[in-house]
Amino acid sequence: MEKIIVFIKQVPDTMEVRIDPETNRIIREGVPSIINPYDRYAMEAALRLKESFGSRAVVACMGPPQAEAALREAMSLGFDQAILLSSRDFAGSDTLATSYTLAALVRKLAPVDVVVCGREAMDGSTGQVGPEMAEHLGWPFLGFVSKVEELKEGRLRVNRMMEDHYEEIEGPLPLVMTVVKEIAEPRLPSLRGLLQAKKAQIQVWGREELEMEPARTGSAGSPTWVKRVWTPEHHTQGMKLTGEPEELVDRLYKELKGQNLL
Amino acid sequence: MKITVNLEKCTGCRACVKACPFDAISMVEKKAVIDLDKCTYCGSCVEACRFEAIAIEREPAAVSTENLESYRGVWVFAEQRSGHLARVAFELLGEGRRLAGDLGQPLCAAYIGPENGSVESLLKRGADRVYAVTDDSLLHFQDEPYAAILTYLVRTYRPAILLAGATYIGRSFIPRVAARLRTGLTADCTGLAIDPETKLLAQTRPTFGGNLMATIFCEKNRPQMATVRPRTFDEAPVGAGGGEAVRVPFSEIAAGNRVTLDRIIPGSEEIDLTDAEIIVSGGRGLGKPEGFALIKGLADALGGVVGASRAAVDAGWISYAHQVGQTGKTVKPKLYFACGISGAIQHLAGMGTSDVIVALNKDPEAPIFKVANYGLVGDLYEIIPALVKRLKQGGA
Ligand SMILES: Cc1cc2nc3c(=O)[nH]c(=O)nc-3n(C[C@H](O)[C@H](O)[C@H](O)COP(=O)(O)OP(=O)(O)OC[C@H]3O[C@@H](n4cnc5c(N)ncnc54)[C@H](O)[C@@H]3O)c2cc1C
Ligand SMILES: Nc1ncnc2c1ncn2[C@@H]1O[C@H](COP(=O)(O)O)[C@@H](O)[C@H]1O
Repeated sequence: MEKIIVFIKQVPDTMEVRIDPETNRIIREGVPSIINPYDRYAMEAALRLKESFGSRAVVACMGPPQAEAALREAMSLGFDQAILLSSRDFAGSDTLATSYTLAALVRKLAPVDVVVCGREAMDGSTGQVGPEMAEHLGWPFLGFVSKVEELKEGRLRVNRMMEDHYEEIEGPLPLVMTVVKEIAEPRLPSLRGLLQAKKAQIQVWGREELEMEPARTGSAGSPTWVKRVWTPEHHTQGMKLTGEPEELVDRLYKELKGQNLL
Repeated sequence: MKITVNLEKCTGCRACVKACPFDAISMVEKKAVIDLDKCTYCGSCVEACRFEAIAIEREPAAVSTENLESYRGVWVFAEQRSGHLARVAFELLGEGRRLAGDLGQPLCAAYIGPENGSVESLLKRGADRVYAVTDDSLLHFQDEPYAAILTYLVRTYRPAILLAGATYIGRSFIPRVAARLRTGLTADCTGLAIDPETKLLAQTRPTFGGNLMATIFCEKNRPQMATVRPRTFDEAPVGAGGGEAVRVPFSEIAAGNRVTLDRIIPGSEEIDLTDAEIIVSGGRGLGKPEGFALIKGLADALGGVVGASRAAVDAGWISYAHQVGQTGKTVKPKLYFACGISGAIQHLAGMGTSDVIVALNKDPEAPIFKVANYGLVGDLYEIIPALVKRLKQGGA
């Protein structure tokens, strides 16, 4: 295994996002951008492959210029190279255009053996970029990988998580995989790593550096478009009961019984 | 994509600043200025502006498919696991029937799996046509053959809309199908409708960790594809059936496969949250792992199963299989008890459509009370034992 690429996304920390009760708008002021939490597992999986096989590990991200911070943080963990895909040409990309753009980077860095993605990004939560990229590359896809078993005769054997069971599957390199939380506990940066990351050079590439059809990138290459965005309202229609426990449960019991729920 | 402010029309009224969910608009010398690094072109400002001063221009999607009218019908991918149709297939048929009615077009199912009674079951659930590719080798899910078959069926029979469950299987190979067809795919929709004017599929989904809802269209490509989480819609009822089966021989389709399934490893425990009628969930408010004994006691008294919030799972009090919410299971039981759960948006995303919600929380301001039909304010360590006692006592 010569080269591994892991894709990470910078997302707003949605845990910090709050709804303003007066205006019913989401409050984004001061909401920090973070590395998509699921991508920390993807980075850990990539670093472990690098350590097992002595491979070169590249971390890449598509996003606005400030996404550089995510890559710099990643560099503190021990990656060999960081690439930021950033250009107005990529603005408005949906998952089809994003996966096409990321696939173009994989081609540019050929030969690549394994592409690792997170299970999903916390902002959009589609989980589509990984499998769509596999299709653009024409590579096999191993989804929801919870454990990497072994590499034998050019085939990678893994466990994949399903609703109520796991499956042991294997496929030939090169391939794309997405990983779940169970894969491994993400490491923390070392002091040396933090110092190196400060000086690390982060390459910024746009459409010119990659070989791609312009019509398939950005909003032009995105079949879906967001027509409307709004804040959901959770309405109260229920009754709030207070009082002594016995009293409370008796009223609840009667209500539920009355609705034939018991 | 381009967003522009017409400075002559802009009056500096700040309506757009207030409307922007992404905090991308500011006022500079009483004119709206849009920060393109923050703007997602969602259109909230365009809608909010009373002076038509903001415009979004979309380049026509260059990947557009020709002759859009030739794509007709609403299709659902009828997922099966180990030879049994997944319930989500029936739920999609239920919702698909409504959409097909609004479009005045047929409702069809695509079935990939072994030959058993599945095709007949799908017809009984109201499919006008079932496209079936059956072979014993298709019993277990495999990305590449499944993607090849579904793509083949779509290319041959050209549906306008294709829906699938947002299950592990659906999330694994449906994106591959969308990419091969070069069309759009909207994940985890919670609302689907036919736009009366354009006849396009309006696909509504939560985004931004559930803090925002977005309605998405796929204008120029077909099929319009969407995944839907299980338990979002009601199942299609069983009827007489009267539709037809269209059988496509597996041998007709070029379906290679590079990934092999070596072994199936059973899960450590079987709990069926998604199909449960009554769920009793515990959260961080239990305070300790032993709290789940109390939850189990209530679940047993009610004839239900145990669920949990992520905080309880992360604390190691109960396994992930029990987690309800955005990153856990979506459930829609007749009765949902949330005990010591605050009601974070990610938890609500998984249980908000339950028929009746009962919340037990000692904080009267807890957000869970906003969705609860019955909110009991108090200590769950007092309320639950009293409730179990009352249930055992029975009577009116
Ligand atoms: C990307 C992402 C995905 C997520 N996915 C999920 C998900 O799938 N499912 C999920 O649940 N969460 C999810 N979360 C986490 C979610 O945001 C909340 O952190 C979590 O739901 C909180 O769990 P809780 O309500 O049990 O705990 P808390 O928020 O700590 O609430 C505990 C509640 O118990 C009450 N309480 C305490 N003691 C008692 C008592 N003795 N009697 C009665 N009430 C008591 C308190 O008043 C409080 O309201 C996700 C978060 C992120 C960022
Ligand atoms: N803009 C991006 N830059 C880099 N990686 C991305 C980007 N978008 C998505 N990914 C990768 O694809 C995974 C799934 O994202 P999504 O399909 O958006 O939910 C993420 O966990 C990342 O690994």
